[in-house]
Amino acid sequence: MEKLIKTNRRDFLKVAATATGGLFIGFYWSGCDSPKMQVLTDDEVLSQALDFNAFLSISPSGDIVIYSPNPELGQNIITSFPMIVAEELDADWSRVRVFQAPLDNDKYDRQLTGGSGAMPHSWERLRKAGATARYLLLSAAGEKLGVSANELEAKEGKIYQNGKQKFEFGELAADAAKLNAPDDVSLKDPKDFKIIGTPVKNVKNREMFTGQPLYGLDVYREGMVNAMIQRPPFGMKIKSVDDSAARSVPGVTDVVVFKNNVAVVGNSTWPLIKAKRQLRVEYEPDGAVESSFDHDRIMKEMLDSKSAQVMRKDGDVENAFKNAAQVISSEYQCPFLSHSPMEPQNFFAHVNGDKVELIGPTQTPDRARMETSQLLGIPKENITVDITRLGGGFGRRLRADFVVEAAELSKILDKPVKVSWTREDDMTGGAYRPAVRYRFQAALDENGNMIGYKLRGAGINAGNSTRENNFPSGSVDNLLIENIEHRSPITTNAWRAPITNFLAYAEQSFLDEVAIAAKKDPVALRLELLDRAKKNPVGEIHYDIERMRGVIETAAEKSNWGKSKDTMQGFSVYFSHRSYVAQVADIVMEGGQPVLKKITAATDCGIVVHPTGANHQVRGGIVDGMGHAMFTNMTFENGLPKQRNFDSYRLIRMKEVPEIEVHYVDSGYDPTGLGEPALPPTGGAIANAIFAATGRRLRSQPFIEQKEFSDIKLQIRRT
Amino acid sequence: MAKFNLKINGSNYDVDVEEDTPLLWVLRDHLGLVGTKYSCGIAQCGACMVHINGEASYSCTLPVSSVGSDEVTTIEGLSKDGDHPVQKAWEDVDVAQCGYCQAGQIMNAAAFLKKNPKPTLEEIENAMNRNLCRCGTYHKIREAVAQAAKLK
Repeated sequence: MEKLIKTNRRDFLKVAATATGGLFIGFYWSGCDSPKMQVLTDDEVLSQALDFNAFLSISPSGDIVIYSPNPELGQNIITSFPMIVAEELDADWSRVRVFQAPLDNDKYDRQLTGGSGAMPHSWERLRKAGATARYLLLSAAGEKLGVSANELEAKEGKIYQNGKQKFEFGELAADAAKLNAPDDVSLKDPKDFKIIGTPVKNVKNREMFTGQPLYGLDVYREGMVNAMIQRPPFGMKIKSVDDSAARSVPGVTDVVVFKNNVAVVGNSTWPLIKAKRQLRVEYEPDGAVESSFDHDRIMKEMLDSKSAQVMRKDGDVENAFKNAAQVISSEYQCPFLSHSPMEPQNFFAHVNGDKVELIGPTQTPDRARMETSQLLGIPKENITVDITRLGGGFGRRLRADFVVEAAELSKILDKPVKVSWTREDDMTGGAYRPAVRYRFQAALDENGNMIGYKLRGAGINAGNSTRENNFPSGSVDNLLIENIEHRSPITTNAWRAPITNFLAYAEQSFLDEVAIAAKKDPVALRLELLDRAKKNPVGEIHYDIERMRGVIETAAEKSNWGKSKDTMQGFSVYFSHRSYVAQVADIVMEGGQPVLKKITAATDCGIVVHPTGANHQVRGGIVDGMGHAMFTNMTFENGLPKQRNFDSYRLIRMKEVPEIEVHYVDSGYDPTGLGEPALPPTGGAIANAIFAATGRRLRSQPFIEQKEFSDIKLQIRRT
Repeated sequence: MAKFNLKINGSNYDVDVEEDTPLLWVLRDHLGLVGTKYSCGIAQCGACMVHINGEASYSCTLPVSSVGSDEVTTIEGLSKDGDHPVQKAWEDVDVAQCGYCQAGQIMNAAAFLKKNPKPTLEEIENAMNRNLCRCGTYHKIREAVAQAAKLK
């Protein structure tokens, strides 16, 4: 049964409603490779499949249907989640078909992608989902054979008795699905894992690599219109709109002003791009209209302000600094950044009376529904949300601004509408990584021991720009962490590894400064601080001392830390989102010029569920952290970013990435997320290596725009 | 509006659009070939790459009126069964994260390898530097292009 019938155009996104619901896209690749196997279509499998739980259905044909509830934006949860279910089920992976589940609060909780939280949240739930079904299949087999289920064994989608195959899962599905699920099931010993920990291929490869419709921007519905929206600069409102030229663009059917937006409407995209350029919209101030020089001044004033919020205070800081043999003080600053996912924002909405259909790329489908419900006064139960694949997110798609504006426009037009953003809309449309400036101060005694530590964060819409209970808190007797915030009309939002994406760089660079001032090796300094936190913990400690020590020692060992006099190294370690990552950047001097060759990373994320996906997240996080630390800037002029596309907003490219070597510490803990934790340490590792190689300390990002960097001809080469 | 007859993936298509419409939007909006992606619109990122007479080209800035009788190949037409050596290498190496840029990457790699079947790693990097990947899959892309060169 299809909600969306294929249109007169070919190969558009198909949305299937089955007994269990679910958005499915494209077809099945690995099954097609096996000529012997009878390959059913997804429709056929879904129409037969019997539910075992919210995550799992099994078809009598033997095909295993696994639903992935969380939005997929490249973290490959759509492969790793089903791997966990299939593992405990003892499924034959080649018979597994994966579907993106739509928003369903009854079946799933925490159906969002953010905070690297999906894996720790769902690990046990998914294992239980698989193990329960396996138990039921074994019970059904036992009943048929008249033996205890204990005498039977499940392996790769089949049931065995004394080593002899008795059933395939599909043959038992109907009986097993009728049995009552047990209250408790036993889970596998991780050493028996057969699917978890193996490099299973991304289940969506074929669709991605053959250009099938997968993404929000690919959504097409018969009768829908396209729209683009001109949004105001920050701190401004519309004074007047002259839309006569825009209306005259062939293909434009309507221009609608709502709230502070001007929407151009038509049946295809190009006329809208042209018409938007033809809009004459005059704006007037509606609050503070800020530029970057305002922000620079405001942040410096906040660092000197007498009033700041105390986030944490240990010991007697004033006395420690008074008695210090040496005080080190340093300030670090980062600019606003756009998330810039490759797929610009977009959403489909159809408000039809008191019902709403929403389809598109969102990290938070529940928030999309809630905000739409609030805006339109339509009950949540009447709103469906289908989640397409996301062409990147990085936190931008945690918001619902791009959803509710589509819903509002659909209501105004009384039509189904897909609102698409141009790249320029995406970059000027807000929700940025906030700009922050930090002041660090350290008090050292005559032996170079850190007896006092102060951090004050001053951010523009940054909320708490510190992480007051993170390292080095707990290892210093006298410590003061403060925060102060400026409220601006420029909107900000979580950006991959919120706050820590810059705080880690600043803190790890500052600790490098402390190590040099104390005449200590940077690795030894960190280990010494951890020893002190272990022996005499000061206040609350939110990190695991031994796990942090584990990644520090592994990164030092694998990078041959300090062993080659020709390699200038920079060290950095950070704990965020429950995972630990240490990194070493290697710079080699060639012909008197520094060449950044390699970054070595040691990660403790507990059990590595999907090694390919984990490597992707570690490498990708490092490339992301490096690119933005080195190259990317966003500056404001009169409430608008000056950088509006990739010609001026510089993202890292292939020739700018060094070799990245990835290691894991096998700590045996349950898995934690990796979407974010590899990013925070990177900027610090590189900045510290640049200091080691050139004596230049980079205290602001992006590095290439700092005067300290101007005469450094840093090359980046993998070989 | 003007009528154009386009040769795309071995078939002929008639479209009636404004002359300045970029090929990208003709493919996506008028022909339903949505594998070619929009991302920057100014020929900076390569998500929109197609082949024009075998050359990797940015379709987002190419007016339909300038296509003429040139042969256009999109990701949908690169191979019949998704088994072009570059597509196979992309699967083997498991290149993608979000995947949005990968069709453009594949099209660029396929055109490059046709001209330079035995490239050095440096040549691969130079060729692929035209395409942005926001997820940072560059290591995997380089590996996959090198592997595809061997598969051929």
